[in-house]
Amino acid sequence: MTDTLASLDIRQLVLACAATISAHADELTSLDQAIGDGDHGYNMKRGFDALLAEADALAAKPLPDALKAAGTKLVMTVGGASGPLFGTFLMALGKEMPASPGRPEFAAAFAKAVDAVAARGKSEAGQKTMLDVLYPVRDALAAGKPEAEIAAVADAAAEATVPMKALRGRASFLGERSIGHMDPGSRSSALLVRTVAETLGATA
Amino acid sequence: MNVGIVIVSHSPKVAEGTADMVRQMVGDEVPLAWCGGNPEGGLGTSVGDIMEAIGRAWSEAGVAILVDLGGAETNSEMAVEMIGEPRAKKIVVCNAPIVEGAVMAATEASGGATLREVVATAHELSPA
Repeated sequence: MTDTLASLDIRQLVLACAATISAHADELTSLDQAIGDGDHGYNMKRGFDALLAEADALAAKPLPDALKAAGTKLVMTVGGASGPLFGTFLMALGKEMPASPGRPEFAAAFAKAVDAVAARGKSEAGQKTMLDVLYPVRDALAAGKPEAEIAAVADAAAEATVPMKALRGRASFLGERSIGHMDPGSRSSALLVRTVAETLGATA
Repeated sequence: MNVGIVIVSHSPKVAEGTADMVRQMVGDEVPLAWCGGNPEGGLGTSVGDIMEAIGRAWSEAGVAILVDLGGAETNSEMAVEMIGEPRAKKIVVCNAPIVEGAVMAATEASGGATLREVVATAHELSPA
């Protein structure tokens, strides 16, 4: 990652994230059919397609405003709990981020955004949720790890939700039967972390 | 003015049917609104629809929201936050079964109970 994120291409990030979610929508929905209500992929695709449709408008805004607007858009379009969760993440990230963040400012804003997700979902680490990816990524960011390593941390963290028992969300209704399946929100979080890391890495 | 009731379900049919039951049992003395379905009309909930429903059932005495499953709760809490103050502090998302909660809360509200009393009545249906 570059020392400053000032020059990052918001439009390119939106395009890349929307393409990733679109390509994995069926996979995410399959994961959600196993332990949730089977709509995560479609819901995320609806939200990110809405961001894609506004990519130019988002790119015209300063970074903090673009993040807040993107978060609000997800809240209004996703239609499931992942709307407020991913939306809150982006809105908090925008709120905490200076217009031209350096790496430490980005890591600090990311940490606060993860806290906002935990508050929104009334959840914590180890409950088989997206937080189980976001916390390790937060720590890797704070430790100054390079992009490729952060993406790998996210993938491994999503994989680590497989043996967990779900304690929040619809999957928690299944109790022990949620064990053995990857958490869909962790998978989508890891996919997005990898996409953002690779996009920023390629433009560094 | 009586406390308003908002019913938020993943299914518009469940939400509308619950509202029908409230109307039949409690009458028209309680501001009542419902919504259900995601922004495309499939099963799910929509923050925008919830915000509109709160507006339709608005009462200066407050609004109690009854929800079905997780996403309906999270999206309702998000809607309350986006509505913001001064209204937000007069809106409560109840922890109660949606049908029984809506009927009991509306019954309590129709007698002129405060928001706190209405919410407490709904919560009695979900022992911690």
